[in-house]
Amino acid sequence: MTSTTATATTTRVSLPAAPPQRRSRHRERWASARTYVSAAVIILWCLLPGYWMVVTAFRDVGFTYDSTPFFTHVTLDNFATAFSTERGNRFGQALLNSLIVSSITTLIALVIGVFAAYALARLNFAGKYLVLGFILGASMFPGVALVTPLFQLFTNLSWIGTYQALIIPNISFVLPLTIYTLTSFFREMPWELEEAARIDGCTQGQAFRKVIMPLAAPAVFTTAILAFISAWNEYLIASQLSNSATQTVTVAIASFAGSEPHQEPYTAVMAAGTIVTIPLVIMVLVFQRKIVSGLTAGAVK
Amino acid sequence: MSIDAKPRAAGKPGRPKSSRQLKEVGMDRKAATQSRAATLLIAPSIIMLIIVILYPVTNAVIMSFQSDAGLNPETGLFEEGGFAGFSNYTHWLLQQCTAPGGGTMPCPPGTLGSQFWGAFGTTFYFTVVTVALETVIGFWMALIMARTFRGRGLLRAAVLVPWAIPTAVTAKLWFFIFAFQGIANAIFDSEILWTGSENPARWAIIIADVWKTTPFMALLILAGLQIIPEEVYEAAKVDGASTWQRFTQITLPLVRPALMVAILFRTLDALRMYDLPAIMTGGANGTTTLSILVVDQIRQGFNSAAALSTITFIIIFLVAFIFVRFLGANAVDAATTGGKGKNK
Repeated sequence: MTSTTATATTTRVSLPAAPPQRRSRHRERWASARTYVSAAVIILWCLLPGYWMVVTAFRDVGFTYDSTPFFTHVTLDNFATAFSTERGNRFGQALLNSLIVSSITTLIALVIGVFAAYALARLNFAGKYLVLGFILGASMFPGVALVTPLFQLFTNLSWIGTYQALIIPNISFVLPLTIYTLTSFFREMPWELEEAARIDGCTQGQAFRKVIMPLAAPAVFTTAILAFISAWNEYLIASQLSNSATQTVTVAIASFAGSEPHQEPYTAVMAAGTIVTIPLVIMVLVFQRKIVSGLTAGAVK
Repeated sequence: MSIDAKPRAAGKPGRPKSSRQLKEVGMDRKAATQSRAATLLIAPSIIMLIIVILYPVTNAVIMSFQSDAGLNPETGLFEEGGFAGFSNYTHWLLQQCTAPGGGTMPCPPGTLGSQFWGAFGTTFYFTVVTVALETVIGFWMALIMARTFRGRGLLRAAVLVPWAIPTAVTAKLWFFIFAFQGIANAIFDSEILWTGSENPARWAIIIADVWKTTPFMALLILAGLQIIPEEVYEAAKVDGASTWQRFTQITLPLVRPALMVAILFRTLDALRMYDLPAIMTGGANGTTTLSILVVDQIRQGFNSAAALSTITFIIIFLVAFIFVRFLGANAVDAATTGGKGKNK
């Protein structure tokens, strides 16, 4: 497409009697060049730090501070170090913990939230604004205001070191996010189709299964990804309400111990960071469009 | 219930939902059924939120009026504290500590009690600087992403990468980048101990935060840009408006509701900042935010920490209130009527 525009431009410019147009063409081309330069700057700014993490993750520990900008001294040792339990790190266990905590949180939030979102999107009732305001307020609630009372409560219940001690506070921010995102997705769905299916002879159950479910599935799936990512990335609550048996990956990475007490094991930490991040990045890139619409759903439109 | 008598109570007066509402005047029974169904559907979520948020917070408020267990200076015994009145609050706000012989005295420097106003200042410094930078850079990114050009898909995918990386990993990554022998000093040929003194430490955190969250801001603003119809720009162009005029007269006013909501979200997020400073500096060198102070206090006394977390919560609530009330950032409106409701 760009190439055809370019040829069109040159033919037009070569015509003698069009000085004002030439200037505007010229300006247009300059604007497009600026767009490409800006886009390149943004892409590099966003990707380079992550690239540096991956380069360091694959670099021999003896060359930690080597500033060569491409892969050198490639080794897989750092990944072995990351998973090694010799120095009291339990990264493998932490991965499993994060998976359990985030999945259960997401599941509970979705199962409960989907009903609320349906009601908020589809039904008219008194106090709708109040409910939405409450849910929105809940989603902006500072986690630190929960940690203090819960720390005491869970200590008294001897729950520190259990999964529920992490799942319950996580629901406080994942559930509002789920309801908020699903509500705005549901509001945009073509619900008339349900009526149409009924008129065409479907039972209510059939209309739900054959028309509404397939339509709602992508919305629910996208919301599940967003909910999972936000639970997976949580640090404050997990750092306070877990112990070494239940700590999540974010906590494990933040407190990663190296061989020397005051020397940060950068390469191993970057390897651990790469392992934690790569699945998320792949997921985000694959479902890019859906995630963007989910992220911005509700805030605008 | 009174719903039969006043079916219009369902929608607040003055909200532009007229055509649907008019239709419902004769549908009292349907409204009642919908109300009942809605209650049933929403109840589990509300009950869950009450358990996970309201209960702990109420608990925290009750705790904040108890004094912490400690050595009683008179009896020399370890005792449960009793009712403390507002002493936990004055401890933080007026920086009053318990004097060895009973009574109060100004908190000595170095104790947590003396750090409240410092942490308050640090939190607001981080909030103002990061949100301002993220708004400006995010707006610029959104303007670029809104243009049509080959490779736009790549750009939109790339901005999601910082957002997807967990904050704890982001903190470690930038800590490594800003290490003394790290790549930042190598590139700029500088010898800065980034996390070793106040200004570099703060700016290391600010840069990491801006890197991580600007994409989110940019996407929210982009979504706001995309609802502006192309014809408005065409019309302005025909009328001879310059690029700058089109930006200030069309783009800014029309994107304002989305922009305000984005700024509101980011501000409330920045006010509870914890992960980056906690992992990058541990709160050293003037980077202790209110959240870090609360967490430091938890191990030293629940009740005092509860008072501080209540204060933090009230501060955040007040900022949100100011935003919604005076600056027209109406997130509820944006969610229910599509952002076109109250704000012009």
